[in-house]
Amino acid sequence: MNMTVEWKAITKQYRSQTALRGVTATLSGNKIIGLLGRNGSGKTSLLSMMKGLLRPTSGSILVQGQTPYENSELARQICFVRDSRMAYGFAKTRDALAIAASAWPNWDADYASALADRFELPLDTKVQHLSRGMESALGAILGLASRAPLTLLDETYIGMDAHARYLFYEELLADYIRFPRMLILSTHLIEEVGKLFEEVVVIDRGTLLLHEPVEQLLMKAYSVTGTEYDVDRFTEDQLVLYTLGGGSLKSASVFGEMTDHLRKLADLYHLEVRSLPLQDLFVHLTSRQEVRA
Amino acid sequence: MNFDERGPIYAQIAHRIKEDIISGKLHEEEQVLSPNQYAAFYQINPAAAAKAFEQLEEEGILYEKRGIGQFVSRQARIRLLRERRERFFKKFVDPMLEEAFAIGITPEEIASYMTGPKGGAHG
Repeated sequence: MNMTVEWKAITKQYRSQTALRGVTATLSGNKIIGLLGRNGSGKTSLLSMMKGLLRPTSGSILVQGQTPYENSELARQICFVRDSRMAYGFAKTRDALAIAASAWPNWDADYASALADRFELPLDTKVQHLSRGMESALGAILGLASRAPLTLLDETYIGMDAHARYLFYEELLADYIRFPRMLILSTHLIEEVGKLFEEVVVIDRGTLLLHEPVEQLLMKAYSVTGTEYDVDRFTEDQLVLYTLGGGSLKSASVFGEMTDHLRKLADLYHLEVRSLPLQDLFVHLTSRQEVRA
Repeated sequence: MNFDERGPIYAQIAHRIKEDIISGKLHEEEQVLSPNQYAAFYQINPAAAAKAFEQLEEEGILYEKRGIGQFVSRQARIRLLRERRERFFKKFVDPMLEEAFAIGITPEEIASYMTGPKGGAHG
């Protein structure tokens, strides 16, 4: 099965606050997709609407061509992992897994217990008494073992320590290879997970900044370093995201394709050209500083 | 291997496999890991690994045996070496000569350095 999610001019308003503004995109294929945005950018609203917990104020959202809101049939295909404390608070961890087992059609109980072992999840502790790290681990286990065709992980691993996070990335990738499906991870820890993504969606202040394959995106951003005079004349007609330094040493991060012509120009001006890591690109794209065109 | 997140990952993977063929870590007619094994091992998106393998197949460095997997082509090492030798002068010697010219070092000085007691030729 190939998953398709359509966002059609989604706007979400909470009283006087606009969380999302005219977001339009189509996600399709069994891919690992990064949903990137700073805190408060609208990531969780978007995920909640995909799960059908919220309805857009205007516009529409479709999963496999259907509206998720109040659609219990579709809900069984969509696993949204957010706050397990809220969902399973009074249950013991063991019972939370049993509840999940009955809720998810593709649940793999053996895999869930193997994961519980690996994450050293205490099975007899009540969910509300779990440490933050273990609560995150439970969320990761629920998300992975559900094997839902559309799995939404909202900063699931944020409470984990580095060891557990890398364990999670490893399991995520291995299980995705075994059972390809659409996995959407919202995060701002791009440095660690960036390599796992096939596509990224960047939202900022409620609007969609971009939606592109990672590899393509990385080809579209670079930095040039040289004297201020040379950097300025090189970047004159370009979209500059960020500059650093000045005088005899200045660097500028540029968003745009590096063409042969530009490469020659950079050579001519004695500029050093480097590609930009995804994390840097994200930070520059979503910085509050206005971008000069 | 550390992917430095600079430039497309698939290009870095393709480069690494070529390096392994040149250094002899991967032999001709030897089966290579599948793109998925590669992705799991290096913790990268499987699509990026698949793209690297596609590129290497297009270049004739790898070939596929149906239902078995991908193998290093015969002559792959020789071809890669030839490419690299061609690039050597452009990539290393030309910039060196340019720099030498800029600061007034003559080709004779370079030659005598290379064959002299401190020179690279004597290791």
